[in-house]
Amino acid sequence: MKHDFDVIVVGGGHAGCDAAAAAARMGVRVALVTLQKEAIGVMSCNPAIGGLGKGHLVREIDALDGLMGRVADAAGIQFRLLNRRKGPAVQGPRAQADRGIYRSRMQAEIAAIENLTVVEGEVVDLVQTNGCVCGVILGDGVQVLSQSVVLTTGTFLRGKIHIGDVSYGGGRMGEKSADSLSARFDDFGVSLGRLKTGTPPRLDGRTINWDGLEMQPGDDEATMFSFLNTAPEARQISCGITHTNPQTHEIIQANLERSAMYGGHIDGVGPRYCPSIEDKVVRFADKSSHQIFLEPEGLDDPTIYPNGISTSLPEDVQEQYVRSIVGLENVTILQPGYAIEYDYVDPRNLSPTLELRQAPGLYLAGQINGTTGYEEAAAQGLVAGLNAAAVAKGEDAVTFSRQSSYIGVMIDDLVTRGVTEPYRMFTSRAEFRLSLRVDNADQRLTEFGRKVGCVGDARWEAFSQKLDALTSVKSALTDLSVTPKQAKSSGISVKEDGQRRNGMELLAFPNTSFDDVWSLVPDAGEVDAAISEQISKEALYFSYEQRQASEVAALAKDEDRLIPNEFDYRSLNGLSSEITSKLEKVRPTSLGQAKRIDGMTPAALTLILAHLKREERARAS
Amino acid sequence: MADVIFAVASGVGKAGVAVIRISGDGCVDALSPYISVPAPRMASVRRLITKSGELLDHPMVLRFEHGASFTGEETVELHLHGSVAVVGSVLKELGSIPGFRPAEAGEFTRRAFENGKLDLTQVEGLADLIDAETEMQRRLALDVYSGELSSALNDIRQSLLRAVALIEATIDFADEEVPTDVWPEVDSLVEKAGQSIVAQLAGFSAAERVRAGFEIAIVGKPNVGKSTLLNALVGRDAAIVTDVPGTTRDVLEVHMDLKGLPVSFLDTAGVRETDDVVEQEGVKRGLARARAADLRVFLSDDLWTSEPDGFADGDICLVTKNDLRTDGRGISAKTGEGVGEFLAQVQTTLSGRASGAGLASKERHRLGLEEARDALRTYTDQRSIEAPEEILSDALRSAIVPLERIVGRIDVEDILGEIFSSFCIGK
Repeated sequence: MKHDFDVIVVGGGHAGCDAAAAAARMGVRVALVTLQKEAIGVMSCNPAIGGLGKGHLVREIDALDGLMGRVADAAGIQFRLLNRRKGPAVQGPRAQADRGIYRSRMQAEIAAIENLTVVEGEVVDLVQTNGCVCGVILGDGVQVLSQSVVLTTGTFLRGKIHIGDVSYGGGRMGEKSADSLSARFDDFGVSLGRLKTGTPPRLDGRTINWDGLEMQPGDDEATMFSFLNTAPEARQISCGITHTNPQTHEIIQANLERSAMYGGHIDGVGPRYCPSIEDKVVRFADKSSHQIFLEPEGLDDPTIYPNGISTSLPEDVQEQYVRSIVGLENVTILQPGYAIEYDYVDPRNLSPTLELRQAPGLYLAGQINGTTGYEEAAAQGLVAGLNAAAVAKGEDAVTFSRQSSYIGVMIDDLVTRGVTEPYRMFTSRAEFRLSLRVDNADQRLTEFGRKVGCVGDARWEAFSQKLDALTSVKSALTDLSVTPKQAKSSGISVKEDGQRRNGMELLAFPNTSFDDVWSLVPDAGEVDAAISEQISKEALYFSYEQRQASEVAALAKDEDRLIPNEFDYRSLNGLSSEITSKLEKVRPTSLGQAKRIDGMTPAALTLILAHLKREERARAS
Repeated sequence: MADVIFAVASGVGKAGVAVIRISGDGCVDALSPYISVPAPRMASVRRLITKSGELLDHPMVLRFEHGASFTGEETVELHLHGSVAVVGSVLKELGSIPGFRPAEAGEFTRRAFENGKLDLTQVEGLADLIDAETEMQRRLALDVYSGELSSALNDIRQSLLRAVALIEATIDFADEEVPTDVWPEVDSLVEKAGQSIVAQLAGFSAAERVRAGFEIAIVGKPNVGKSTLLNALVGRDAAIVTDVPGTTRDVLEVHMDLKGLPVSFLDTAGVRETDDVVEQEGVKRGLARARAADLRVFLSDDLWTSEPDGFADGDICLVTKNDLRTDGRGISAKTGEGVGEFLAQVQTTLSGRASGAGLASKERHRLGLEEARDALRTYTDQRSIEAPEEILSDALRSAIVPLERIVGRIDVEDILGEIFSSFCIGK
């Protein structure tokens, strides 16, 4: 069969862009199909990238030569490293982005990729041959054929917008929803769930009284997302901070039944960590005030995004409560806040490559998998894009483990545990958090990406140089063997326990500087500041990483115990019907994954393991 | 679907009533050709017939619905007339039903565990309860089976989970309005958890003794009357007693229920210098067991002038063969004189120790609790040098894991759940 492309990516949001770019980096011919070319790279919710856990994802995307980090750096108008005063493992870079710059920069990146074609059109259906998905059908009936398809429909699948008691179909404010694809999933026998999310009203910054409002500037020294960048491009600005007050809460309370959510118009489940202002007022009734960040949407754009007051109240109530807030007394609402409900696919139907088990060749990424957030979407897009390309090239699947990346943590959480609310990344989800840091994302992933084929020459060269420098400094430090007395001579206070320590161990002591330790190294040369900083961060967790190494090894053992896809759980005697149905739903690929299924019991795992061993023996004899 | 399993649930042999338990979803339907099973919670006497229609017995029948039985599966109990022949023929008939098979040892409990009706400690408690021979063992096992160990561990786990959630809130929601100084609460939670863990550990050895039995070693020179005393305690000739020194060449044990306390009296080989290799080995083993015992009874046929070697607090020194004495300051195993008082003293000492019994009584429990305790010590050390939040959180998580392992459960979502129910997150 003739293919027009190797990989078709449907959707030009954050998942779609990094999916298409990742597939293209793998060297295959890619089509990016989107409703509107101009909407590629649009930030439909808040104008910010990164944060805790999310910043980790962006760094990992960047380490694999993805787009999001570089584009966010170019568009960043306020950079802040969150948790600056805590340890490096839980620091997260975040940036306010200029919406316009972000979009145009993303479009430029996409346009610059030679083997990537942007196709404008609505995908109304998928082409299937022998059960495999191998193309899409556009609204005008044209078939575009490929070897695999990545679907990133965001909130467009049967999307429904709610403002108060008014609701209508739509994928984003002012854009129509995609309904026919939902029906296709019904044909696959895949269950769709319903989630919701919300946005606040957008305000006209020119009508805000900024006098007297607390202003929050960015960091003096910006922390960039990309390992290749060192400083922001755009002019830097501050954000304002204001608060709701008892009067605001009264207005909301009085109009609760007019809210789409409280009026019973919405069935979808919303995220607990991003509640609407109605939710906050009801669930935390004892709080008389909630913080609001007034975030500019761009340098030349007067629009302000009031972060913290997303809502589905009617427009007139929105205006009333917004104007009860200090600084916003005379504010003009440019676009009302709204809630949006959309279909998602239970991600337990996906394999760790994000391929839908029921439809080989079809990969899903982003909100369609029940996640929320640009970063989560882009990271999934990357994984789906890599695998869609790998399958087209006849190469091995590209999978990520919990031990080596937040990407791996997220995908494993999704395909193993499913979601009950829109899934967002947190650092606390990563059990090996101390080793999965933003500062070492490149050391964890760039070499892997190079092997897979998605890391270009420029990045590989820069990374190799850095790695050489790191390795030589680190080995000089680990080769050190210093008595407490010698350490003291260099101004490092350690216990007088007669124990010899190496340089990494010394660096882990509080109030010890790199230079103190480095002075103990014979013939020590100059060390680049970036390198010494990186080594110091590693040293902080040196002993923990060593301790965790045994846990990682134990986990790896379970991960290596593979369970065949066709494993017959029903044939196991003594497996309860509840656990059997969970296992059949998730179809874990390894014993390690099975272990993480919600409600799994040690007894059930023992049964599975015993069966696997029996089969192994049977095969051997 | 899992097989339907069945087994005799009451004792073996001739009895008034014998109970056969049948467990597995769908078993009521499968039984319909043989017996008309009554509605749940309605005990009824029914006719039980073979496939060919021959009457087997008139059992009383109980039916438990899915989710409301011991195993969590649909369950039927047949209370038969307790004849070996009746039970045998019913088992044979049940075995011929497709999908039915005799249960393996412990399979009902395993299904209860797999279906979440029991957790690991409860399974252990149940096994101990079934094995319980004395009153103290029964009480300890019942407490564990009722979930008291789980609930004690769960309280500790909840405290630590809350502490981790507080720290995590300051980490993952740094930009939100969460309280920044969570440390007073975290520290007090950790302290409380640490105390509970130490208390469980302190009660461990006593509990372990109650579960496994106290050991009392009878120690003394050859022919001082150790075996005679043991025989007097048992009331039968358990040890060979002769006048030839060195008759007991190894350790003899006698198990007793001492007013609810499980005890084992150990008759050790007499302590003396000897050239007999076999006897030397016996003396060596005897001494080792005596040292490891919970209590030692030192015998002498002369008055004690000083504490014997290896004497520990609570040990008892006795003068034997009172029947041969004139001062009346000894006991006589032969006449029974003083033996009752001696047993009363043993009982008082051991009851005192048993009263400190905690709920953790298995080696597995001790290891888990010690691991948790050590992790909390790491936390305290790290806290004192003001280590960063993520390292403190890591230490607390390391304390939660072994506790969860004891009851057999683990979940990261619990931490996020605690955060979301406590704070208003979402700027």
